[in-house]
Amino acid sequence: MNNSFLEIETITKTFGKQTALDNVSASINKGELVCVLGPSGCGKTTLLRIIAGLETADSGSIVIDGRDATFLPPSKRNFGIVFQSYALFPNMTVQGNILFGLRQKRGMTKAAMVEKAREALHLVDLFEHRNKYPRQLSGGMQQRTALARAIALSPAFLLLDEPLSALDAKVRAKLRRDIRSIQQDLGITTIMVTHDQEEALTMADRIIVMNNAVVEQIGTPCEVYDHPATPFVANFIGTMNTYTDAGNICAIRPENIEIADSTDHDTWAEIRSIEFKGALTRVHGVLPNSEDVCLDLPSDRVKDLNLMEGSTIHLSMPKDHLRKYAVAA
Amino acid sequence: MDKLRRYLTGLRVSQLLVLLLCLVMLTVVLIFPIFSLFSKAFLNKSGDFVGFANYIKYFDTPALSTSIINTIDISLWSTLFSMILGFGYAFALTRTRIKGKAFFKYTALIPIFIPTLVHALGLVYLFGKQGILTRAGLFPFELYGRLGIIISETIYTFPQAFLMFYVALEFADGRLYEAAESMGASHARVLFRVTFPEIKYTIVSAFFVCFTLAFTDFGAPKVIGGSFNVLATDVYKQVAGQFNFNMGAVVGTLLLIPAVASFTVDRLVNSKNSGTISARATQLTIKASTGRDVFFFTLCSLVTGFFLVLIIALAIGGLTENYPYNLAFTLDNFSFNRSVGGMGAYTNSLKMALATAIFGTIFVFVYAYMIEKTAGFTLLRRFGKLLSVLPLALPGMVIGIAFIFFFNSKTNPLNFVYGTMAILVIANILHYFSVPFLTASGCLKKLDREYESVSDSMNVPRWKMFIRVSVPLSLPAILEISMYFFVNAMVTVSAVVFLYSANFKIAAIAITHMEEAGDFGQAAAMSLLILLMNVGVRIAYEAAVRLIKRRTNHQEVTV
Amino acid sequence: MPMNDTSLFRNILRASVLALTLPLVFTMAACSSPSVDDTTGTADVDASASGEIVVYTALEDELVEEYLTDFSAQYPEITVNIVRESTGTITAKLLAEKDNPVADLVWGTAASSLLVLDDEGMLEPYEPVGVENILDKFKSTKAVPSWVGIDVWETAFVINTVELEKLGLTVDDIKTYDDLLKPELKGHIVMSNPSSSGTGLLTVTGLMQLKGKGTDAGWNYLDQLHENIDQYVHSGSKPAKMAGAGETIVGVSFGYAGIKQKRDGLPVEVVFPTEGSGWDLEANALMKKDAINPAAQTFLDWAISDSAMNMYKGNYPIITNGQGAKYDGFESDPVDQLIDNDLSWIAQNRESILENWNEKYDGKSAAR
Repeated sequence: MNNSFLEIETITKTFGKQTALDNVSASINKGELVCVLGPSGCGKTTLLRIIAGLETADSGSIVIDGRDATFLPPSKRNFGIVFQSYALFPNMTVQGNILFGLRQKRGMTKAAMVEKAREALHLVDLFEHRNKYPRQLSGGMQQRTALARAIALSPAFLLLDEPLSALDAKVRAKLRRDIRSIQQDLGITTIMVTHDQEEALTMADRIIVMNNAVVEQIGTPCEVYDHPATPFVANFIGTMNTYTDAGNICAIRPENIEIADSTDHDTWAEIRSIEFKGALTRVHGVLPNSEDVCLDLPSDRVKDLNLMEGSTIHLSMPKDHLRKYAVAA
Repeated sequence: MDKLRRYLTGLRVSQLLVLLLCLVMLTVVLIFPIFSLFSKAFLNKSGDFVGFANYIKYFDTPALSTSIINTIDISLWSTLFSMILGFGYAFALTRTRIKGKAFFKYTALIPIFIPTLVHALGLVYLFGKQGILTRAGLFPFELYGRLGIIISETIYTFPQAFLMFYVALEFADGRLYEAAESMGASHARVLFRVTFPEIKYTIVSAFFVCFTLAFTDFGAPKVIGGSFNVLATDVYKQVAGQFNFNMGAVVGTLLLIPAVASFTVDRLVNSKNSGTISARATQLTIKASTGRDVFFFTLCSLVTGFFLVLIIALAIGGLTENYPYNLAFTLDNFSFNRSVGGMGAYTNSLKMALATAIFGTIFVFVYAYMIEKTAGFTLLRRFGKLLSVLPLALPGMVIGIAFIFFFNSKTNPLNFVYGTMAILVIANILHYFSVPFLTASGCLKKLDREYESVSDSMNVPRWKMFIRVSVPLSLPAILEISMYFFVNAMVTVSAVVFLYSANFKIAAIAITHMEEAGDFGQAAAMSLLILLMNVGVRIAYEAAVRLIKRRTNHQEVTV
Repeated sequence: MPMNDTSLFRNILRASVLALTLPLVFTMAACSSPSVDDTTGTADVDASASGEIVVYTALEDELVEEYLTDFSAQYPEITVNIVRESTGTITAKLLAEKDNPVADLVWGTAASSLLVLDDEGMLEPYEPVGVENILDKFKSTKAVPSWVGIDVWETAFVINTVELEKLGLTVDDIKTYDDLLKPELKGHIVMSNPSSSGTGLLTVTGLMQLKGKGTDAGWNYLDQLHENIDQYVHSGSKPAKMAGAGETIVGVSFGYAGIKQKRDGLPVEVVFPTEGSGWDLEANALMKKDAINPAAQTFLDWAISDSAMNMYKGNYPIITNGQGAKYDGFESDPVDQLIDNDLSWIAQNRESILENWNEKYDGKSAAR
């Protein structure tokens, strides 16, 4: 069973002395939404631009739908793209923006184009705004317009470059769900670049975590969260306690540390501060070797245990949640 | 092989070709002619190669090399004055609550609406030995020479400085000022810590534009410079006095120094210049302050008043029988001598200015687009940028003579343009290329970098994207560029004086002939016609920009 | 990879369409105005009495217009296209066009400039009808003259009488070069710069010859004069105009420039120094071109005909056939005013004189 739609094979790209991508490989399946996640400057946008054909890799290849696309120009790769800045044409209406690309399609009647635009607009729920200009729309609506423009051309796959970063939190959350449901309805393969781990965890089928021009891990949100392959992934996604133990780096999530009794514990910590966060309460402490640790407990439990700053707690680190990494040379 | 193939894939062949075409066209009309003239700097009169001998001779002649110090001296002073005045004037129009801003904005541009010769005439009438102010005892100085040149160059460069500062100050991030105010910063502190840093790039650009213009101007030193020698008059003396093209070329190359320097500085500054106005910038609210407004109103009134006096003198001269002896009203001055081209010279000027505006705008905008909006070709684009600043450094006379050498050569396939209107149009486009290029590239830089990527993804060809998106979005800048070309083509003399042909005479040259012949009335009348046309074009431009703005505002209102 | 090849090909095609558009635009501009090279002459018409000629001249605009009326009346079939610029500009333009001359002939331009053109081999010797009437010293020495003078312009002092009286002097106090050295005149004399103006040059070379060629007497005089000079300007007529406008009191200029100021009603007197005046000629020449236009020869014939000469002398009393008029208030024969000018000596020494002059005086205001 080979369900792969897009193959990224050993891509390397340098700009002058700086390496943007170092031997990057990944495989993306048909119909899935893959997030490329990483801090700024990790090479994720470069990867997207190489997939789009806006840049050419120094070595390696891109295979789209079984066809070697390494040397194809962007216009032959059949994708739709959405940028953080929306890149809407301000001198055209919402509908005009969408028709602008459609007009390039050969053998399409005017009526068919309008129909196509109508479909796309309905999909993003902007049909009644079709005659407005971008500046008359809110940021979220502008981004949906950009999405409609990308979708209207019936591309084989979608590329989203930090599409939500310019929006405020509430709009962002709604648009996450919108994008995800549209993507699932259409069943369109989508690659989204983001630096926001929460966005990646909530939206993606799989996540490609990148750092310093290399891929750190590829996996489902659960996999990268529960089984981070490297200390970087462990630290970058969610909150993670890391401490050294017997020459190893140990990592465990705050919610996985358990309070133990004094006889059967792995270690202990002195409480420094207690942070009430609603249903959960985060307890910050210091390990015997002076490393910081924090754990999330249900707030009721904290009350029951009568935890106080300065008091000592005994901790147990469940084996199935504890990750150990060799110290990097 | 693989490397080559990858390189070719990244290469946008059509873009490369258009970029190359742009560069080739500018090279052909800039580098080739200039080379044909400047190569003479290394030849002796009989055409033998002599290396730097001409330069050594030039620097060995004390009177000649003094010109360099003189030129730097007057350029620095006039740049300083026009920058201070230009900044103050622009500040008044953007950051104060004075009345009559629209009026002041128009009058600030008067100097660029009339030939520079006319400024000098006006100065003589005001400050000459028999000048109105001199006679009233208000000007106890010697106009002719250094002072006259500095005043004249200040007038000449003021509108440029004003316009640049105006554009820079018009857009301010109100948040910065609110923050500064909340911290209790004094006005001076705000000026030095907020305003100046905000427009520092403009300050550098304005300095180089004004400095280079003053450095290479020939009109003012010739008419009012007395025996104060500058490089531009040295070129004139060598070329038109002693017919020594070799030495003229030596001096001509020296005139390029500020432009090359400005290119270097621009690269240094520009690489750090990433500060653009963010989308979240808020409108600056101008606080009421009577003292400030009175000060700036006075400043604007003085500058404007000075320019208006020039115009009134023109109007009196142009509409009276024989100023100052017979002040009866007449329109006779408008029936121009046939030998200077008559009224035909005026219509020719209109045709030429129109052609310059149309073709100049198309070329400069496409050129700027290729420089700003193509990916890759870094070296080519850098070369293109260097080419774009060079014309600023070329005095018109150098362009004129170089064009004769290049275009009139029998072996040049472009020979057919010589003696036609086309060569005047090309000379004008080249002569005034640099400032429109800055306008165009500045405007294009503000457009979203991803438009091109989006259009690539939608399979929309670049040219279509250019016409349907880049051009409409840059319409105000495009109009400004065409107006700039038009206005300058109407008033320019220095380059075209060598290039106009017997059956295509133009108005600005007619004015110099009238002045030489002492027909001040006719010269004033022709200047008035040019002024009227230029003001008309300016008003049309403002109306068009307002229309564009209203359309976009209208869209905003209906949200 | 056929896909790639077609897209590459299409790209090139598109680019070439664009590449063609821009030059086309320029070409259209070029074609929209008539070319000067167009000749309308046809075979069955006398080519010397019809057609179109390009004439470069340094004569004043108003004079050009006046003179041409006569030519057009006599030769209505010949269209004359005039390019008029100051002597320096027109000469520079002619020299720059050397490889491919546009002008058919030069009319009324300084002989000193025509000598330069002749040295460059740019002039075609031509003997216009009536050339025997021109005095020998006013035409080229060649058997077939390469240039022929029409009138003479000479050093003259143009004096603003109103301003002069304020100094307690009258016009009668300024008759000679030495009178210019009067201490009262310090800072009130404007002279044209010999390195940018033909008038300045003829004045300086004239003085050199008057005071004694090859001696220091001329330079000694100029040293003293320099003390009184307010400024050296880049045009021959400007000192006269400045005197007329009261911007200076004495303008060391040329006769016609002052006479024009006087005719315009300005308070000036024109004084010719008693020692004599340096002078130059306004002269005509045929340009050497691949095809000589016979109509150009017709023009040159007319340009020294009696009817033309009579018009010249209304403005420049000294004309080259010796039949000149008299200056207003100038008693003797104006030709007597002219010094014995050695044109070849000027041509030989011009460069060294200018170099010396520049070194001594040209930085004047820089020192201020």
